[in-house]
Amino acid sequence: MKENSSQPLVTMKGICKSFPGVVANDCVDLELYGGEVLALLGENGAGKSTLMNILCGLYRPDSGEIEIRGQRVHIASPNDAQKLGIGMVHQNFKLVDSMTVLENIILGMKDQGFIPDMKKIRKKVLELSETYSLKVDADASIWQLSVGEQQRVEILKLLYRKAEILILDEPTAVLTPQESEELSKIIHRMRSEGKSAIFITHKMEEVMTFSDQVMVLRKGKVVAELPTAATSPKELARLMVGREVLFEIEKKPFSPGPAILELEKVCAQDDRGLAALKNINLNVRAGEIVGIAGVAGNGQRELAEVITGLRKVTSGSVKIGGKDLTNAKPLQVIKAGVAHVPQDRSQVGAVGDMSVASNLVMKEYRKKPLSTGALLFPSRISAFAKRLIEAFRISTPSTETRVKFLSGGNVQKTILAREITACRNLLIAVYPSRGLDVGATEAVRRQLVSQRDQGLGVLFVSEDIDELEQLADTIAVMFEGSIMAVLPGGSADVETLGLLMAGVQPSNSCDRSNS
Amino acid sequence: MKMVFEKRKNVSIGAQFLVPIISFLISLLLSGIMLAVFGSNPFTTFAAMFKGAFGSMNGFSETLVKAIPLMLTGLGVALAFKLKFWNIGAEGQLTMGGVATAWVALFWGNGIQGPLLLVVALLAGCVSGALWAGIPAFLKTRLKVDETLVTLMLNYVAILFSEYLYYGPWRDPKGYGFPGSAPFPENAWLPRIAGRAHAGLFFAIALALILWIVLRRTRWGFEISIIGASPKAARYQGISVERTIMLTMLVSGALSGLAGACEVTGISHRLQQGLSLGYGNTAIIIAWMSQLNPLAVPFVSLIMAGIMVGGDQVQLMMGLPSAVGTVIQGLILFPMLAGSLFTEYRVRWIKADRKPVCVEGGA
Repeated sequence: MKENSSQPLVTMKGICKSFPGVVANDCVDLELYGGEVLALLGENGAGKSTLMNILCGLYRPDSGEIEIRGQRVHIASPNDAQKLGIGMVHQNFKLVDSMTVLENIILGMKDQGFIPDMKKIRKKVLELSETYSLKVDADASIWQLSVGEQQRVEILKLLYRKAEILILDEPTAVLTPQESEELSKIIHRMRSEGKSAIFITHKMEEVMTFSDQVMVLRKGKVVAELPTAATSPKELARLMVGREVLFEIEKKPFSPGPAILELEKVCAQDDRGLAALKNINLNVRAGEIVGIAGVAGNGQRELAEVITGLRKVTSGSVKIGGKDLTNAKPLQVIKAGVAHVPQDRSQVGAVGDMSVASNLVMKEYRKKPLSTGALLFPSRISAFAKRLIEAFRISTPSTETRVKFLSGGNVQKTILAREITACRNLLIAVYPSRGLDVGATEAVRRQLVSQRDQGLGVLFVSEDIDELEQLADTIAVMFEGSIMAVLPGGSADVETLGLLMAGVQPSNSCDRSNS
Repeated sequence: MKMVFEKRKNVSIGAQFLVPIISFLISLLLSGIMLAVFGSNPFTTFAAMFKGAFGSMNGFSETLVKAIPLMLTGLGVALAFKLKFWNIGAEGQLTMGGVATAWVALFWGNGIQGPLLLVVALLAGCVSGALWAGIPAFLKTRLKVDETLVTLMLNYVAILFSEYLYYGPWRDPKGYGFPGSAPFPENAWLPRIAGRAHAGLFFAIALALILWIVLRRTRWGFEISIIGASPKAARYQGISVERTIMLTMLVSGALSGLAGACEVTGISHRLQQGLSLGYGNTAIIIAWMSQLNPLAVPFVSLIMAGIMVGGDQVQLMMGLPSAVGTVIQGLILFPMLAGSLFTEYRVRWIKADRKPVCVEGGA
């Protein structure tokens, strides 16, 4: 695909950037040619985002040079980057919810005049969306759009600003499989129009489907740069982690026991007072992993909160271990042996300003031997914390280090360590491996399976179909607060699940997918 | 060269001690400049202040007199601030404590004999301060009403209410029109230890120790830390956030209420004007300077009390306005607040970038 291989479009040479205590980029070289899609692969904290933030003007390198079309440049701000034709779609979209698509596209552009010529702008936006098959309603407000559509608006915004080099930061993290496929078509389209793209990911499959060239970063250094066609997911995983990764996790044969969690006709509202759960019936049995599939925001968080007592049900009943715990207090649910790895790790799951030891004992501190009556025993707490840090391989300088200084993977391990230790009945894990690198993901998955193998019930929310297929004994698909279908884990294929996640009953639309 | 702030990985113990001390020295420097502008020699003034506050038994006992209510209210405020509950109503809680204590001392004397009257009066002060602090806590936990405004406004309510009492129904008929209640019976007087300094000092020191242990070594203290850091996380851990806030605020108010109770039973022996000399407000500064550490509160209170007494002394001896003490107190707070930046961050100088915004060539 290298049309103009004589001169690279982007050259980054010897880029170094460090933050307090970490070297994020250590002499990184990067070359991107016109019409090429480059995948930037690496674990969390490998320095992918830092490198791209340097290219789009958010960070400045400590040393190193950047050349665009052979010219040496200093990119001091996103504005400079835009002038050079570089644009980035961030993981969290930078759109104004209450404004329309068109308004968002021109927002912040200085050359639009005092009263922008909306007719002309609309015409151009429509042209662009036609050319790149970026279907979106130009007059809709952002809040009305799905996540996939919002992403298209972000891409349109860049194209409108004449970006030649698009940087996408984990673009598929929030998409359904169908939407991801759309995105892959869009990227191919852009490539055929001569644009280049760099996308950040830690998923092997995406590298294989999206890219021409792949660059693997590990601990701030480039460990490999290869044509995608010449490599395999397995090789990439090994390069990324620095050791062989076992994709298979051994599970004991499935032999479920009695029901631990029974939800009957549960309804609940979200924070805005809209119906978030609609007549949910769901059981989790001992020794079973029930996977909740679905695109984020379809009621998964509310489901977990209703069970753990953090959200009230408006009707229906919640039974845990045969005991009615409908609208019980969080403490009652904890005492019933339920552990919860919440979606929001930094605000809810962990307390960043407190030490690792404090975070590890936030459930067990009520019990002997960590406390008797009202009194806590700091030395026992610290011994308890040390044991967990070792058992769960949490990498932290000390038990007293504040959690906010740990990496994302270690924060999650801290939460898991605490919850699994406190779990005696049911483990609820909401996106437990989201944003984690391969090594940490593997550790998290193993923990879930080992809970199941010990005869506990596991309710496991994920958006990653492969992960669900691998771990879940039973998969329930959620869409807009309802359960679309409950399928045995092994039998469901990706396409069926994808359609269900998008709210389509496959049996109605196409018969052949029933295998 | 460019200055950048880097977050410290671990707050060093050294910085935790050094920063307040250096901040204090800087505030002395600033105060010195101010004094020089007033035309007085800063060194002799500081020396006079120090001598006035700590140099004689008489002066020192006056410093203790002021330090006791500062310690108690300081502890109360620090406890509330641990929860990030911005209780700036210690002044009102102190006043209500004084009012309830006066009520018991004035009107229950016939029913309760001996030193028991003092005990009941002091307890009444605690309960009253607690209830007064309970109002904003209740409004906050039930109706999500902002506590800053409620605690602040309740100060005025409490002060005006006490004025109503000693100008009105409780006014001493034999007081020659002086605004104040009748004196308490002697069995409701708090014993004095030196000069006017009274046994409230022992309460303050004991409570500082107890609170320190409670915060570090008990489940309740642990729960307070979690709520202060993240209420959402606390709820998720099964902690009853509302109940803990209520309980903590009752204790916080009780501490300030006890300060008021000690003032009326230990110093004035009646409810009268000038019950609080702004102790509840100075307590906010003390809580911050102590970095919410109960063990530091007595020491910081002693320094602040010394500045108050020393300020009065320079007024008498050097003809400077007594507001000098107040100004110095204010000048202490600023370097302190600025200093807290240095315990969390460290300053690093880096080479400035070659050129600011420059795009060579470009597209």
